Amino acid sequence: MKQSYRYIIGALSLLAAMMMVPNGMAEAATARDNYRTYCAQCHGVNGSGGGVNTESMSVQPRDHTDAKGMSGLTDAKLKKAIAEGGLAVSKSVLMPPWRATFNDKELDALVGYLRELCKCSE
Amino acid sequence: MGLRDKRMRLAGFGLLLFAIAVLFSAVSVGSALNVEAAGTAGATDLTESAISIKKGKIILKSRCGKCHAIKGPAATTLKDFKARKGPDLFYAGVKYNEEWLIKWLANPVPIRPAGFRYFKNIIVTEGSDDTVNWDALAEHVALTPDEAEMVAATLMTFMAYKGKVKKNALTEEPADAFMGEMNFDKFSGCLACHEIEPGYGGVTGPEVYTVAERLKPDFIYSYLKSPQSFDPKSMMPDKELGENFLQVLTKYMLSLEAPPDGEYDEGEEE
Ligand code: HEC
Ligand code: HEC
Ligand code: HEC
Repeated sequence: MKQSYRYIIGALSLLAAMMMVPNGMAEAATARDNYRTYCAQCHGVNGSGGGVNTESMSVQPRDHTDAKGMSGLTDAKLKKAIAEGGLAVSKSVLMPPWRATFNDKELDALVGYLRELCKCSE
Repeated sequence: MGLRDKRMRLAGFGLLLFAIAVLFSAVSVGSALNVEAAGTAGATDLTESAISIKKGKIILKSRCGKCHAIKGPAATTLKDFKARKGPDLFYAGVKYNEEWLIKWLANPVPIRPAGFRYFKNIIVTEGSDDTVNWDALAEHVALTPDEAEMVAATLMTFMAYKGKVKKNALTEEPADAFMGEMNFDKFSGCLACHEIEPGYGGVTGPEVYTVAERLKPDFIYSYLKSPQSFDPKSMMPDKELGENFLQVLTKYMLSLEAPPDGEYDEGEEE
């Protein structure tokens, strides 16, 4: 009896471990997917600021591949800008708030993806 | 009760079910084959409008369901959201004006300049801005005027989300055209994604110059207040608008007018 419990617990923890590893990877992939669906409208698919909407925008979106500009922003500031919008960080209202679209984890993953795009850290 | 009685009853019941099934399939086959023959379905005691709603439903299922969700729910995962091929129609009755549906279904014109899912319609080149692939945009299937009327009648019965739409949301205070446009453009940044006239404004959202014709005012107000409560994965962000902005923006869009026929598409190509 005891032995079978041990087997079950062993199997369960293995399963949990198996689910944890790809989870991180899945999150990164989802962040990229989210970016290319929502943010690319303005920031462009490659993140360089040239989305299809930019032609009629009076303030141009930030170039997320610009390492110099992006390294000047902390992760916390990036997250605030994404969650609460440009106005919350004294930037243009054209940068919308996204906290109704993404949960906290997804917002963190987006910050991570921005760091990938700029190949920079704070 | 004897065994025999039971069997007889069972057989009788079976026969009844069979008869009902035959009747139903006769009605639907009949209407699928001859959509124009409204009112001649006979045999049943359906009223004329009920018949046309039923015929509309058959058209929706057979010719529209592969691109439109005619039953809920909305997409809750990005994968599902991206896979959808047309706007959800399962809450059409709380969203669209019937008159507009009848007109548009028979004579559809583009609503979303860059297409329904813009990211499937763009050309991405390293080192330059993304551009819309205008040639890839497909024309929408058109119905005959009779079909359009039936389908519109059916769509108006799709009342999901009724509880999410605030009734009589707009105040009496009239729209202010100047402040409305200022708000739409400068204060709220809506122009980034929406055109207020052909060729002027963003291309990923639906144009808003025909919103008055297309959408119910209460729906517009409620959608602006929370796009995610209608479509959790919507590409439209919740701009966290206060009551005053909701009023001003809704009334502003309702005050816009579509340009004369034939001027829809121009100006976007360059
Ligand atoms: C409607 C167009 C639009 C969309 C969609 C959009 N942005 Fe922006 N974003 C802008 C504009 C414009 C700016 C520049 C604001 C400024 O410099 O005043 C900006 C700036 C930013 C900044 C820099 C803020 C700062 O402090 O300088 C970040 C980070 C950002 N966007 C992330 C995102 C992410 C992530 C998404 C998708 C979830 C997104 N944006 C979607 C328009 C947009
Ligand atoms: C090949 C896919 C496809 C089929 C089939 C199709 N539609 Fe559509 N439909 C779309 C797309 C894409 C749009 C968005 C058009 C735009 O924004 O310009 C749309 C838009 C609409 C709209 C306007 C919705 C809105 O919110 O803008 C209605 C109403 C509609 N379709 C009804 C129908 C009906 C009724 C049928 C069947 C007779 C049908 N469609 C068949 C793809 C399809
Ligand atoms: C980042 C781009 C973006 C911004 C900014 C934005 N929208 Fe939208 N909006 C969209 C998209 C995309 C849709 C279509 C959703 C769909 O197809 O289901 C939409 C839908 C709508 C609709 C419903 C139209 C219809 O035909 O279904 C209205 C009305 C609207 N937006 C108004 C506004 C207003 C007012 C603002 C400013 C407060 C605004 N939008 C800001 C992208 C945006």
